[in-house]
Amino acid sequence: MKKITTRTLAPLLLSACLAQMGTAQASIAYVSNEKDDSLSLIDLDSLEVIETIDVGQRPRGITFSKDFSKLYICASDDDTVQIMDTTTHQIIGELPSGEDPEQFSLHPDNRRLYISNEDDALVTVVDAQDATVLAQIDVGVEPEGMAVSPRGDLAINTSETTSMLHWIDTETHELIHNTRVEQRPRHVEFNQDGSRFWASSEIGGTVAVIDVDSKEIIKTLRFEIKGVHPDKVQPVGVKLTDDGKYAFVALGPANHVAVVDAQSFEVLDYLLVGRRVWHMEFDSKQQLLLTTNGISGDVSVIDVDDLKVTKSIKVGRYPWGVAVKP
Amino acid sequence: MNSSPLRSAASNCAQVLPLERLPASAYLQAFRGILYRELLRFVHQRSRFFSSLIRPLVWLAVFAAGFRAALGISIIEPYQTYITYEVYIAPGLVAMVLLFNAMQSSLSMVYDREMGGMRVLLMSPLPRSYLLLCKLLASALVSVPQVYAFLAVAWWFGVEPPPMGYLWLLPAILSSALLLGALGLFISTFIKQLENFAGVMNFVIFPMFFISSALYPLWKMQEASELLYALCRYNPFSHCVELIRFALYERFNVDAALVVGGCLLLFVALAVIAFDPQRGLMRAKRG
Repeated sequence: MKKITTRTLAPLLLSACLAQMGTAQASIAYVSNEKDDSLSLIDLDSLEVIETIDVGQRPRGITFSKDFSKLYICASDDDTVQIMDTTTHQIIGELPSGEDPEQFSLHPDNRRLYISNEDDALVTVVDAQDATVLAQIDVGVEPEGMAVSPRGDLAINTSETTSMLHWIDTETHELIHNTRVEQRPRHVEFNQDGSRFWASSEIGGTVAVIDVDSKEIIKTLRFEIKGVHPDKVQPVGVKLTDDGKYAFVALGPANHVAVVDAQSFEVLDYLLVGRRVWHMEFDSKQQLLLTTNGISGDVSVIDVDDLKVTKSIKVGRYPWGVAVKP
Repeated sequence: MNSSPLRSAASNCAQVLPLERLPASAYLQAFRGILYRELLRFVHQRSRFFSSLIRPLVWLAVFAAGFRAALGISIIEPYQTYITYEVYIAPGLVAMVLLFNAMQSSLSMVYDREMGGMRVLLMSPLPRSYLLLCKLLASALVSVPQVYAFLAVAWWFGVEPPPMGYLWLLPAILSSALLLGALGLFISTFIKQLENFAGVMNFVIFPMFFISSALYPLWKMQEASELLYALCRYNPFSHCVELIRFALYERFNVDAALVVGGCLLLFVALAVIAFDPQRGLMRAKRG
């Protein structure tokens, strides 16, 4: 038998390494295009769109299962939540979401999906594994934002017309509290340990920071951008860094993302992005923040360390939601 | 006295050797003399430096503030994302610094002609075309610190190009400054008296600056008027602005470089012809 030497092994090892490098997958951002009924896939290394996939009608909120094997898509005009296999990019099933699903949030148990039904003033809780409705909870008019605490014991829903945050006990599926906030609350985001959450009010132009234990608003943030009419400052999406350093607030038609010190609540900067910025998502290392800009039909990329907008990438018409697969 | 370095350089060259045997050092000495004179003129005229700095800053601070476009300007090359108007206008203001410097330099040629300084320059046995090129290069080099001083202050207005962009910028501003300087030299041959220079402001500087991509993107001009758009496109100053804009963001604009290079050769040739007393416009005017 031929003797295996370092000389014969070296090229093998090298080619194995190269093959490994070649197959290494970059993070991919999935962006739902509301008016194109499609998803745009952005390679986060090259920052280019690598694929566009047709999905159900009017895709808005999107989120991954905890193992990133499935992508849940709110196909609002199809009144369903589609399940996409993230390997084959085929739609492999649908969930009974109730009418006009817009935003949703997956419970840490990776099964329960809390879905806002905008037209029915309901929150539908669906078991994502066996596609059954576990509960339907009456909330205010035009429910929109939805978030489940990382602790798993609490879900918060926002109702746009009632201007309220509805606190839902995830064990009993009952409303346990309501918090009045400024007009048209759109989005809720918990911090890393679930002790606080941030809720944006689009028409009110504010973001309320709420303490979970006391159920009190501890801070109401306001935004003022030089040269931009206050009416255009309409906060929607909120994202918080895991290290508790920054909060990013998408300011809608003001075309800016506010950078807020998450400890002192001081607004540090306003970053210019595309037109009508709504939702945002970090890459897995939280080095990049992606924003969906509905009217300009692109996704802006923010360098989180430098707090600079580095690029805007053209996607489909009216990009709405964004989720990142590591 | 301002003309002394030039006088010594010219007379040294004149004393030494006939033209065909002039050593390279004579050429270098003439260039040094002309450059030194330009620098002295620049340093002694402090108000010129400050006005060259203040003029674009006023545009940046006042004009750009009015047209703030806080909601962003649509993405155009070479920018990767949305920009404020301050960021858009900065390369145009860099080109404005070069334009004013070039026209001021050509103004000095008229002054020299009136005061007799040019006679000293032309006394040199070196080729006239070489002396003119020296004058152009000296003027272009003088504009370099003005541009970087402006960009240093512009940083506080949010004009933050990548660090390497400042290095890329150097050849772009030198070639643009040479082109605008050659144009200025050519124009100065038509001006009989210093007082006529006001016409240059009205008929050269303002139209060149306003009918260009310095203040508005070309697509915006096209929306306003096809004629304006065509004028902007064919204005060499637009190509200077775009060459500078791309260089500032580490990009090379081939089209702009070709136009700037071509126009540079054309205007240098025209300036040399115009300054040749044997056949140029100088003789025609004297005659």
